Amino acid sequence: MSEALVRFLIGGLFLSAFAIIGGLFKPTSFGGLFGAAPSVALATLALAISENGKAYAANECRSMLAGAVGLCLYSLLVSQFLARFRLSAPKATLFAMPLWFLTVFTLWRLFLR
Amino acid sequence: MININPSGLKETKWHEYVLRFVAGGIITVIAGIIARKWGPGIGGLFLAFPAIFPASATLIEKHERQRKQKKGLHGERRGADAAAIDALGAAMGGVGLVGFAGICWWLIPRYSAPLALGGATIGWLLVSLSAWTLRQLRRRLL
Repeated sequence: MSEALVRFLIGGLFLSAFAIIGGLFKPTSFGGLFGAAPSVALATLALAISENGKAYAANECRSMLAGAVGLCLYSLLVSQFLARFRLSAPKATLFAMPLWFLTVFTLWRLFLR
Repeated sequence: MININPSGLKETKWHEYVLRFVAGGIITVIAGIIARKWGPGIGGLFLAFPAIFPASATLIEKHERQRKQKKGLHGERRGADAAAIDALGAAMGGVGLVGFAGICWWLIPRYSAPLALGGATIGWLLVSLSAWTLRQLRRRLL
C-alpha cells in the first residue's frame, strides 16, 4: 500500500471519527469544538514520527501553533459573516479563508521562520 | 448543559459521511506533500488547516433549515444562526488546538508517540472545554 493511500485512510478515519463525536453533542456550540479537533494533525504527526523522527514532528508542531491561531481567527470571522452579514455557510467559510492564510504566514514570518 | 443527542447523527446521510472521510483523507495527503516539498516548518502550518469545518458548517446550516422547513417555516435564518454558533464553538476548539500544538511540541521529543499524541489530545479537550465554559459563563453574567 502506498504512503499516500495510508495517509488518505488514516486522515479520513480521524476526521470522520471527530465529526461523528461532534455530531453527538448538544448544544451546537459544544459540538462545534470538534470542528477544530486535531484530526489532520494526529494522522500526520503519527506518520511523521515513525517516518521522519521526533525532531521533524516537533518542528511541525511548532509551526502548527501559527496554524491554530489562524483557525481560531478564521472561525470567529466565519461566525460574524453568518450572524451579521447573513452569508450562506459555503460562502462564509470560503470568503474567510484568506484570513487563515494571512494570519499563519504573517505569524510564521515574524516568529517561526 | 451538555447533552448527548444521537438523533443528530440520523440526519446525516451516508454520502455526507463519505464526503467528510474523503475531505479528511485529501487534506492529510496534501499536508504530507507540502511538508515534503517545503519542509516541516511550512508543512506544520497546514496541520491546523480548516479542513473539516466548512463541510460541518454547511451540513449544520442545511439540517437546521430542513428541520424548520418541515414545520412550514423558511428556516434560512435559523440555519445561518446554527452555523454561526457552530463556528463560535470551532473558535474555542481553535484555542484548544493552540494548546495541542504547544503540548505536542514539548512532549514529542521527550516521550513515546502514543503518550505524546494521547496527552496532547487530552490537553486539546481540556483547553477547548475551558474556553467554551468561560464563554458560557461570560454570556450568563453579561
